[in-house]
Amino acid sequence: MIPEVGHFSLIIATALSFLLAIYPLIGAKINHPGMINSAKPLALMQFAFMSVAFAVLTYAFVTDDFSVAYVASNSNSLLPVQYKVSAVWGGHEGSLLLWSLTLTAWTAAVAIFSRGIPKDALARVLAVMGMIAIGFNLFILVTSNPFDRTLPFLPLDGNDLNPLLQDIGLIFHPPMLYMGYVGFSVAFAFAIAALMAGRLDSTWARWSRPWTLIAWVFLTAGIALGSWWAYYELGWGGWWFWDPVENSSFMPWLAGTALIHSLAVSEKRGVFKSWTVLLSISAFSLSLLGTFLVRSGVLVSVHAFASDPSRGLFILAFLIAVVGGSLLLYAVKGASIKSRGKYNLFSRETFLLINNVLLVAALLVVLIGTLLPLVHKELGLGSISIGVPFFNNVFFYIIIPFAIALGVAPLLRWKQQAKDMQPLYLQLVAIAVLSVVLAIAMPAIFANRIKWVAVVGFALGFWVIFTSMLEVYIRATHRERFSAGVMKLGRSHWAMVLGHVGLAMMLIGIAATQNYKIEKDLRMIPGDEVVFADYLFKFESIGLVDGSNYQAYQAVFDISKNGQYETTLKAEKRNYFIQRNVMTEAAIDWGVTRDLYIALGEQLDDNSWAIRIYYEPFIRFIWWGGLVMSIGGTLAVSDRRYRFNRKQLAQAQE
Amino acid sequence: MNPRRQKRLAIVLVIIVGLASVTGLVLYALKQNIDLFYTPTQLVEGLGEDKVKPVVGQRLRIGGLVVPGSVKRNMDDLKVTFSLIDNGGGIVVLEYEGILPDLFREGQGIVAQGVLKSANVISASEVLAKHDEEYMPPEVAEATKGIKHFKPEYGNATQ
Repeated sequence: MIPEVGHFSLIIATALSFLLAIYPLIGAKINHPGMINSAKPLALMQFAFMSVAFAVLTYAFVTDDFSVAYVASNSNSLLPVQYKVSAVWGGHEGSLLLWSLTLTAWTAAVAIFSRGIPKDALARVLAVMGMIAIGFNLFILVTSNPFDRTLPFLPLDGNDLNPLLQDIGLIFHPPMLYMGYVGFSVAFAFAIAALMAGRLDSTWARWSRPWTLIAWVFLTAGIALGSWWAYYELGWGGWWFWDPVENSSFMPWLAGTALIHSLAVSEKRGVFKSWTVLLSISAFSLSLLGTFLVRSGVLVSVHAFASDPSRGLFILAFLIAVVGGSLLLYAVKGASIKSRGKYNLFSRETFLLINNVLLVAALLVVLIGTLLPLVHKELGLGSISIGVPFFNNVFFYIIIPFAIALGVAPLLRWKQQAKDMQPLYLQLVAIAVLSVVLAIAMPAIFANRIKWVAVVGFALGFWVIFTSMLEVYIRATHRERFSAGVMKLGRSHWAMVLGHVGLAMMLIGIAATQNYKIEKDLRMIPGDEVVFADYLFKFESIGLVDGSNYQAYQAVFDISKNGQYETTLKAEKRNYFIQRNVMTEAAIDWGVTRDLYIALGEQLDDNSWAIRIYYEPFIRFIWWGGLVMSIGGTLAVSDRRYRFNRKQLAQAQE
Repeated sequence: MNPRRQKRLAIVLVIIVGLASVTGLVLYALKQNIDLFYTPTQLVEGLGEDKVKPVVGQRLRIGGLVVPGSVKRNMDDLKVTFSLIDNGGGIVVLEYEGILPDLFREGQGIVAQGVLKSANVISASEVLAKHDEEYMPPEVAEATKGIKHFKPEYGNATQ
């Protein structure tokens, strides 16, 4: 009975989405206050019913209701309870339900926290979000209902959750990512609503900015979390594989990063407006494209669930409707967007434009690399794959001008640089020299060999860090002493600094890991020793251990450096009972300057085991960089100027 | 030229130069990194209507079923050889050094990335077996249609 309540709530939520998409929009058109005001309660009710549906599904998981087909195929009575909860989004149907829930949550949040925005504008925004909700809710109801029953032949126990997904990283990774994906729907809705009303001024950019930033923060954190999870769970010792599904999350991120920067320019300077609108549309369209690629089964990857052609077709049609419709609207109304501001060649605007162009270039590279194999195959030219070196090579050349411009841009003024450029030039040259010297010193200290590709990466990282420091110093000492001035810098200023420093940390981490990582596959019997990047690994023993729903071989390694005991690592090979899967559980000793990583391979004939050992220098900097970037974004959202009040609003509308 | 036109010209030039170099870079990188997919039969008999065979030294991907009983490990290192087969009857030998994925089993479908060493021997740099035991890459599924699906042996890991 209870699952039917969930199903029914879903249907009501869908009906509410239809009302939300139509009613307030007509109200805004004919200027009917009652219809305009209906947007907010409709959005809240939609969220409430969606929450009930989601809660019911979660309840079915926690209480092991295997009469629900989705529960039966994704859970098991032996599964620990936290994984029963995360199993709700461990499969296709549930993850879509989570997507829809997230969308209605964003809609409700926009309805609640937009008191400063004129009612008719808000009504349009919410209506656009309602339209998106229609698409997804119908998709769930028609093709992927999570509440379908297995009656009358209900199974005694469930099929269990894929063991790969039984992990803390997977509890948070999908919801974070969805918050990001779906969050771009807010920027999209603001852009579309503004196009509909023909009012594209800097107030629009200001409303859209905090929402876009929040979405970007979630997406950044979600991607970083996924990368970290892949690193420790898959046992391949890598942090990014250019897998089509990873790319599908990276494309909206690139568009979103370009968007938050061009929104800043649009708000502050009133230029790049049509570019910003286009990016708003792109960011969300790419999120949808990602969903299509992942959920339709056209891609083969870790993330692809069982495929069903009707599902792919539905999302494809929806994707075409959204992209086509919004681009059509843009074509009709976009011409009326006028940019007022003027700027010189050597100004912050130009440098932000350069970085936007580079971000979009990077985006196109990922898009080509992801879609080309699909197109190639559909054209009957045979199956191909595009190797990882393609992405690595192209990104290496894109990141160089990108990081250089990124360091300079914050130091320039809006509109026009002061006449006397001499001091700035000198400072930049000094920083460039310092960065290169340090970049050469890094491998000299931490490794025995200088690799120039790595030096370029380090130099870019240091360049961004030092130019950021210089920028903080200049702003702080603009009117007063450094100690007093530095306290007065706004949160959004620190946000920019953190965002850029986070990227610099990533660059340093990536350059170090990609060039100085050591990886070895070895054949070892207990008692064997191997020396590896100054560390002595001793294979102590191997034995059987029991987990709640698996049994595992556990290999114990003692690690020492220069005769000093460092740590003990226990790598496992797990055999899960229900899905009868074998899973590698890597053992990792993490540190600031290096990770030691051991993965247990298969057992060989003569009691020996295949063992894989990695030495990964500075790999943590990649995820810490992502974390710092997210913190930066969060700071920006909390900045004072997004707390709208009536006075500001009145000023803005003048 | 007035400064305004000068600025526009500069911006347009920057964009054109940027686009041209990115396109050039992408095409160059693509040319080196596109790997064609073969099934064992396609590799032996040639691909497509023209029956194009890969040349020795070419990077490629191959997918097929691991022939039961063909997996041979060296006694003192991690070198391993095994054969791949598909429904066309072609058989290809793969050489690999390292740890095979958890789901690698005789009779199961795998995909490998490597370099052609001689007419039907591939030196693999990467072997992929996917995470779902029922999963098979579409190309492999197509190429092995009709072959009896070997039920994998479980419990090897925890005898």
